[in-house]
Amino acid sequence: MAKVFIYPATSLILSDLVARYGHTPLSSATAIRERIQTAGLESPPLQITPDEPKKGLKWAAVEVPAGVRGRMSLYGPQIEACEAAIIINDADLAFGCMGCARTNELIKFLVRQKDIPRLDLYYPKSEEEGVQFVAAIKRFLDGLGGRK
Amino acid sequence: MTDYTPVHVGTVTKYVVVESFDITPADLGVRAYEIAKGAMIKETCFGLVINGKEEEVDRIITELRKIDPDHIFVKDRGFPPGDPRRCRANLGGARPGYHGMENEMTVIPYVSHGLETIKTRDIATIPPPQNPLEHGELEISRLKQLIETQES
Repeated sequence: MAKVFIYPATSLILSDLVARYGHTPLSSATAIRERIQTAGLESPPLQITPDEPKKGLKWAAVEVPAGVRGRMSLYGPQIEACEAAIIINDADLAFGCMGCARTNELIKFLVRQKDIPRLDLYYPKSEEEGVQFVAAIKRFLDGLGGRK
Repeated sequence: MTDYTPVHVGTVTKYVVVESFDITPADLGVRAYEIAKGAMIKETCFGLVINGKEEEVDRIITELRKIDPDHIFVKDRGFPPGDPRRCRANLGGARPGYHGMENEMTVIPYVSHGLETIKTRDIATIPPPQNPLEHGELEISRLKQLIETQES
């Protein structure tokens, strides 16, 4: 069972397919859950404390905006832990503010720098593309081995 | 700043999203209540939110998936159900994160079709999808089409 980083990290479809074919999806929900369930100082709504941008310095330089570094404190450890990655390109739902956009670029850069199996896709726009999409993901995940 | 005391520590929360012509969230909710042993289940417009110990949540989801495996989708959630920081009952408007899910709901019918089809077709014969990293040359016919569109 491999740890598979998914991008967009909030994707329902990728999260489901990775878990369905016996692997562990690394998504933003699991990173947020860690913070929500850890005691500390109250910092609503996401329990992102002023310490997070400091932790993000591991992946982004000090002159990079705190918003990017704070986000990287969620995704950076996941990118380091992942053994494979599935990236959906040009996903409409990955749209966001400049902090999100720059973080997204950095996430994709770091994943592509890492020497791990990677699958790049677009969202399907027809039924036939849906078949190709699911088949490509299944082939990729089966190739990782260690199915439950 | 005040101290933060977390609730539901050691539990997981998962969304069960149903996109089916045969099953409604209410059907799933009834089935989940039947088999749940101590998990918190909330019915929503798109499916269920289930909170509890990981093994229990996974067991419930495994059972629910059997009802309509190709049309039930599951993902993790960071917050427990009804959390005032996220619940729309407190905030008004759609829950943050719902819009992403709503966007993917437009694609899910194609994915469901794919899941159904790969059961009957040999997966090795299905061609790979378009690779986003390959930038092919612009075809002459496509270029002409673009020029004509601009001129008209």
